[in-house]
Amino acid sequence: MRILKSLAAAALLAVGFAGGVKAQSVEIEYWQYTFETRVRAMDELIKRFEAANPGIKVKHVNFPYNDYRTKVSAAMAAGQGPDVVQLFYGWLDDFHNSKILQPLPAAAFPAAKIEAEYFPMVREMKRDGAYYALPTAVRSLSVFYNTRLMKEAGLDPAKPPATLDALLDAAKKMTKRDASGNITQVGIGAGVEWQDQHWWREVLVRQFGGTPYSAEGRQVTYNSEAGLKALTWYVDMFRTHKVTARNFMDEPQAAFRAQRAGLMVDGNFRIGALERTRGLEWIVAPLPSHNGIRSNYGSYWVNGITASSKGAKLDAATKFLAFVTTPEAMQHWLDVTGELPAREAAAYSKSATESPIYGPFVAGLKEAHATRFVDESAQRQLVMDAVSRILLENQDPAVSLKIMAEAEQKLLDGFYKK
Amino acid sequence: MSWYANRTIEQKRVVWAWTFLAVPLAFYVLVRFYPTLESFYVSLHSWRLIGERRWVGLDNYVRLATDPVFWKVFANTFIYLIVGTPLSIVLSFVVAYQLDRVRFMHGFIRALYFLPFLTTAAAMAWVWRWFYQPVPIGVINNALASLGIPQITFLASTTNALPAILATAIWHGLGFQVIIFMAGLRAIPTSYYEAARIDGVTDWTILREITIPLMRPTVIFLVVFSSIGYLRIFDQVYNMTTNDPGGPLDSTKPLVLLIYQTAFRSYELGYAAAQTVVLFVVLLAISLLQLRLMKDR
Repeated sequence: MRILKSLAAAALLAVGFAGGVKAQSVEIEYWQYTFETRVRAMDELIKRFEAANPGIKVKHVNFPYNDYRTKVSAAMAAGQGPDVVQLFYGWLDDFHNSKILQPLPAAAFPAAKIEAEYFPMVREMKRDGAYYALPTAVRSLSVFYNTRLMKEAGLDPAKPPATLDALLDAAKKMTKRDASGNITQVGIGAGVEWQDQHWWREVLVRQFGGTPYSAEGRQVTYNSEAGLKALTWYVDMFRTHKVTARNFMDEPQAAFRAQRAGLMVDGNFRIGALERTRGLEWIVAPLPSHNGIRSNYGSYWVNGITASSKGAKLDAATKFLAFVTTPEAMQHWLDVTGELPAREAAAYSKSATESPIYGPFVAGLKEAHATRFVDESAQRQLVMDAVSRILLENQDPAVSLKIMAEAEQKLLDGFYKK
Repeated sequence: MSWYANRTIEQKRVVWAWTFLAVPLAFYVLVRFYPTLESFYVSLHSWRLIGERRWVGLDNYVRLATDPVFWKVFANTFIYLIVGTPLSIVLSFVVAYQLDRVRFMHGFIRALYFLPFLTTAAAMAWVWRWFYQPVPIGVINNALASLGIPQITFLASTTNALPAILATAIWHGLGFQVIIFMAGLRAIPTSYYEAARIDGVTDWTILREITIPLMRPTVIFLVVFSSIGYLRIFDQVYNMTTNDPGGPLDSTKPLVLLIYQTAFRSYELGYAAAQTVVLFVVLLAISLLQLRLMKDR
């Protein structure tokens, strides 16, 4: 027993010495929200990072999406936050104004290099000349088509609609009604509370000749003829052409998965769910162009370094952030989560561009705009209400658009005034 | 210890009573009273959860008074209360009164009424949400369509959504109220009924002159209980309208949902605290009023 005890003590000592002789060990904390594939991808990246950087340990903490932002904010306010934190790109202003993040060390992340290598929408992460956060992966929109329903309606899945007019025509052909005129299959699964808000804001408004916001995002500019045409085109799908219905099967993606929707506009994050749906045959096509204009909406989650990270921890956090934004890390992220690399070179890899599924999304990234949100859910609510007023209360689209624009301008003014 | 030994039995009792009361008391002070007072204080600030709290005085209350959404929501909350409470009480009394006279499978029927109350409000709200869907998945609309009757828009309508949700909430609470009413009915001494029967009085008179007056305490309890419930309605509304919570166009949004959204969606904690203070005052006023009514007895 005694021998055992002294052996154990000796072993402990040896371990202690070994640790002391090696580089000082430092532990940093990383936070993200719980999403099975993202957690798995990050666990693997941390394993590789720790193997390449002995002496640095990364503690991976994740909690459910619903409380994520609240918990991060509360922890930061109490000084209990992590060193590296994941946030939605639309939250940056809030985090920046509250001095939660520190600018990324310019030596490790030179601005010129970021601008040369990342997709243009990542420039949204720059404040006062410095970058505050960087994404590993980005998302864009495309159109999903049900090929069985296409064939049934006499459409050729090899040639999906390339223009907005052709898309509407395809939707008309794929719409089915029962004897009383109730829609039993929608041509297009649509709901402005889902991705359609982005499709309208950043794509349709531009395609009808306008812009949604001023360059710095402080002025609403969609209250124009182009904005009105875009909004009218969107609501006409419901009220004039009747190729879709509000709340049809509760949500568009449910209708699409149940083979009751011919097509839908959605992001690449939907791919995983569709792949798991048995018996569903589908293809992906780029968002249709209109008036010769192409556009897309991009969004992303970024990682930033918190203001409380200092000294050895800051060095370790910098190394970690550099590691998770390498092309190899991005490729791993794509393989595990299906989200697209944020660096152009990595995204244009053969495996991504040539994939019939990822290809259209990758192509969309180049023309993607990321809306500079100040309160994403409140801004979404304004679009939802604008559409509801037209469809439920027969309000004139021009009036509805004006109300929305004024309310959103008030929201922007309130935010930037502080 | 000698201090304790020198106390009288009466005083010792008091010491022990307070010792045991200290735990719930500490709990209430920390978890209930302190946050309540804190929310009064927060309501005078502008605060986004992260960053500084900025003193704004009564600005949040001024904003409330001029916010059309707040007044819409305030009105909705009172519709839930004013329609929900009396309707659920009348319905449950009728059910309890009839059920009390049924001998055949009495226990089984009573259990059926009570079952919805045992179900989680969220789960039940989702089931009803599916019932209310349009063709091709909604049960009600499918039935209507197969009879050739036009569909009814339930949840996607600004006029029908609130009644549709309220109906679900009433149905959900019915079982509990029926059970309480039945207990009240059983508590009325049978000798009164026997005396009435000997006098040859009709059922209607018995109901009006004996049953209803003697049910007064039960009714008051249920009114208090269910009004507080309707004033705080949240689960049903939130779960049945998650795609557009409280919508369409705020037509179903109750005060608690508005507070939740202001606080945890827009992160305007100060403004949310001001809304909470208003809810607190309303609840307090209604509770005081009802306590007074009970005292009259």
